[in-house]
Amino acid sequence: MQMDVTTDALIAITILWGFVFIYAVMASMDFGAGFWSMIYMNKEQTKAANIANKYLSPTWEVTNVFIVAIVVALFSLFPGATFVLGTVLLIPGSIILLLLALRSGFLVFSHSLPKKYRKAVTYISGISGFIIPSILIMVLPITHGGFIFQENNVYSLDLGLVFTSANVYSFVGFAIFSTLFLSSLLLADFSNVANEDEAYNIYRRGALITGPLSLMMAFFIMLTLRSEANWLFTKMMQNIPILLVSLLMFLLAGLALFLPNSRFKHRKGRPRLAVIAITIQYFLASYVYGHAHLPYMAYPDITIMSGFTDPVTFRALFITYIVGFIILFPGFYFFWKLFMKDKRYIRQED
Amino acid sequence: MTDLVLARSLFGTTMGFHIIYASLGVGIPLMILLAELIFQKTKDPHYAIMAKRWTKAQAVLLGVAIPTGTIAGTQLALLWPGFMEVIGKVMSLPFQIEIYAFFIEALFMSIYVYAADRLSPAMRIITVIFVVIGAAASAILITNVHAFEGTPAGFQMVNGEITNIEPWKAFFNPSFVVTATHVVLSAFTTGAFVIASVAAFKMLKTRKNEKLYTFHRKALFLGLIVGGLFSFLTALNGHESAQLLYEYQPEKLAGAEGLFETQSHAPLAIGGFTDANTQEIKGAIEIPWALSFLAGNSFDTVVKGLNDFPRDEWPPLFIHTLFNGMVIIGSLLIFFAMLALFYRKILKRDHYPKWLLVLYLFGGPLSLLAIEFGWIFACTGRQPWVIYRMLKTSEVVTSSGSIGTLFILFAIVYLILGIATVIVLTYYFRKHSIEEDLRLTES
Ligand code: HDD
Ligand code: HEM
Ligand code: HEM
Repeated sequence: MQMDVTTDALIAITILWGFVFIYAVMASMDFGAGFWSMIYMNKEQTKAANIANKYLSPTWEVTNVFIVAIVVALFSLFPGATFVLGTVLLIPGSIILLLLALRSGFLVFSHSLPKKYRKAVTYISGISGFIIPSILIMVLPITHGGFIFQENNVYSLDLGLVFTSANVYSFVGFAIFSTLFLSSLLLADFSNVANEDEAYNIYRRGALITGPLSLMMAFFIMLTLRSEANWLFTKMMQNIPILLVSLLMFLLAGLALFLPNSRFKHRKGRPRLAVIAITIQYFLASYVYGHAHLPYMAYPDITIMSGFTDPVTFRALFITYIVGFIILFPGFYFFWKLFMKDKRYIRQED
Repeated sequence: MTDLVLARSLFGTTMGFHIIYASLGVGIPLMILLAELIFQKTKDPHYAIMAKRWTKAQAVLLGVAIPTGTIAGTQLALLWPGFMEVIGKVMSLPFQIEIYAFFIEALFMSIYVYAADRLSPAMRIITVIFVVIGAAASAILITNVHAFEGTPAGFQMVNGEITNIEPWKAFFNPSFVVTATHVVLSAFTTGAFVIASVAAFKMLKTRKNEKLYTFHRKALFLGLIVGGLFSFLTALNGHESAQLLYEYQPEKLAGAEGLFETQSHAPLAIGGFTDANTQEIKGAIEIPWALSFLAGNSFDTVVKGLNDFPRDEWPPLFIHTLFNGMVIIGSLLIFFAMLALFYRKILKRDHYPKWLLVLYLFGGPLSLLAIEFGWIFACTGRQPWVIYRMLKTSEVVTSSGSIGTLFILFAIVYLILGIATVIVLTYYFRKHSIEEDLRLTES
């Protein structure tokens, strides 16, 4: 097995990791918003569900492109790894696709339907909103080794083992709570800008409950990782200072929710600060995880070198990444200004 | 059934479903753009209402186009891992660039749908232009991968190893331009004829209400003119596609025409069924010499017959019917548009006869059918190859099993989404009637 990792391969895995990170954050907000709009749907007097929908409507499409970007980056940059992952992930991958299709479809339909159907449809997107991330995240522990077997050059996944692993379940729990946590935080920030007191309080409270729960799940992950994928645990622990900074950021976010609000005296908390702190926290934690995972894409068979694409193709792709970024950046900025910043949109009555 | 057959059926079903929404996703934004432009020029509020209503419909269609596209993209890797390993190494550029096209589409479509009221007219038009560009570029780029499968370039296979990779040479493979053009033109055709079909349907129902009838007549005429123009261009370009087959995939052309013996002055067979045992087409109308002329612009052109190829590399023979279906529909569509021109510009009629409207009712469904025929012809006609004369489909299929169950599950989900689209669209447009829109613009 080739073990010397080239710079090209490192850049490639960083790009892939970048997409995964962005998708993880955006999708958590997206799935969580769907979940909250389901929970608060029946409370006519609060604006909480409205706020969630307002965030959800324009963003899901852009968020969805990131899934495609991940799949494409995976097979363009690491075709060898795709061969194995594509083979073993047929079942879980298909389940995710089926749920995504139902969710996206009905999410869009719900805006055009009468009230009585809208409820059923909101349930579909709300419930799938926390099942999808819990299945998606299973891909991580699957790559830690012990679940993929090879016989006569045919790879297969032992689903029985996957569903009896404590580590897998801690990842699932983490996915659910951090989805709810991230989205509560973001929606709290959104309601703060929209000047909706009641929705703000609801989402702030949501964040205060789900935050500690997701932290607890993160500890469970480490605990079970130690016994189930010790190689990864040991390597993560080599970066303990960064993990501690990450924990500090989490505490800072918690603190931010209790600081006095800068603009409105009667409101407690600075949600924008909390969102930023948590994003940094996730960034640091996933950096440590990703760094420790290298050079393996799927332990122990596939490294970033064994799955890497042809160097010529990589260079051509890399150029398109740069050009694409330059072209798209103004578009993203415009989008953000129109939907995340423009108070006319956020405060609009519907 | 073997896993190979099941995987093909599953992937073919996914694509067959996606392409309905995808083609409309390319065609309808063009119609929205045209309506916006006509509105800015004439200030006729009818066109503003059209743009608004088509946008609403397009937003609903996107709700299925995007997830099914996501399924298509992921299924390529899940069902054909061996294929994607090669594509990843050689032909990943179009996929990568397509992501940017998707972003452009997604960003500007969301802006157009959710922020149109906050944009100036000029910004609105620029936004729709970006939507059209994004959608058309998605279609062009994904079609490029399909073109590459038929006319691979930019790499060599030496003892099963891929070497000498030149990604841009693969990108500009011989059939890229012609094939991608064909797909975009046919999508524009389809979007326009679907709009015309809906308008014709409404005209049949509003014959008594002059105001509504006029509204729909404008939509019908716009649809037919645009559709007519693009179906004409589609046919011209389709002729080029056929010439490319003659050059690069002769057994596919032979299959499409049911030609067994290599010959000059080859006849063109329309209709009928190819019989492999007797080596002839049953029940076809033959136009002498025409195939030779079509293939190479001269009657002396020698067209290769199926017997020149090993039997196990023959494409399935029913592609003859698919090809015929596409070409016949293409010709019909051109005829439909000319008929409308005749009525409106030569006879100067404001009302169309009922039979004509009934005819137009079929334009949209027929063009969608032509797209399905064309694709199944193109993909199935490539069999047994997934990359022509390089890689066989049977070598790249997944080894995971349980595809049958997945096939059923996906089929059910497509069925649900398909039915839901129809229900949602009918419900929405019934509730938000044109009268209401007209009243809103008048006040
Ligand atoms: C509205 C749809 C539509 C219409 C009216 C036509 N086509 Fe088409 N055709 C398609 C929609 C389409 C398509 C679905 O877009 C295909 C499938 C694959 C492709 O590249 O485009 C296609 C493929 C396709 C191919 C196969 C390319 C390949 O296998 O690589 C040929 C030879 C033609 N077409 C030729 C024609 C001709 C001679 C037409 C004359 C009227 C015509 N098409 C009308
Ligand atoms: C969107 C319209 C399309 C339709 C309706 C369609 C239809 C089909 C069908 C019916 C099959 C099964 C063929 C058989 O086994 O007989 C198939 C296979 C396939 N198609 Fe297409 N296709 C479409 C577009 C594309 C595009 C754009 C690509 C390129 C990325 C593509 C790539 C493939 C591949 C890789 C297979 C599987 C391997 C094979 O059977 O050759 N298809 N498609
Ligand atoms: C030639 C036939 C095809 C055409 C004309 C076509 C066109 C389109 C269009 C217009 C969209 C909506 C774009 C958007 O809103 O982002 C779309 C979505 C999509 N298509 Fe297709 N497509 C075709 C075949 C395929 C195939 C074969 C694949 C898989 C390899 C594919 C993958 C996708 C994906 C992943 C999306 C969703 C993008 C998103 O998340 O926004 N398409 N397609």
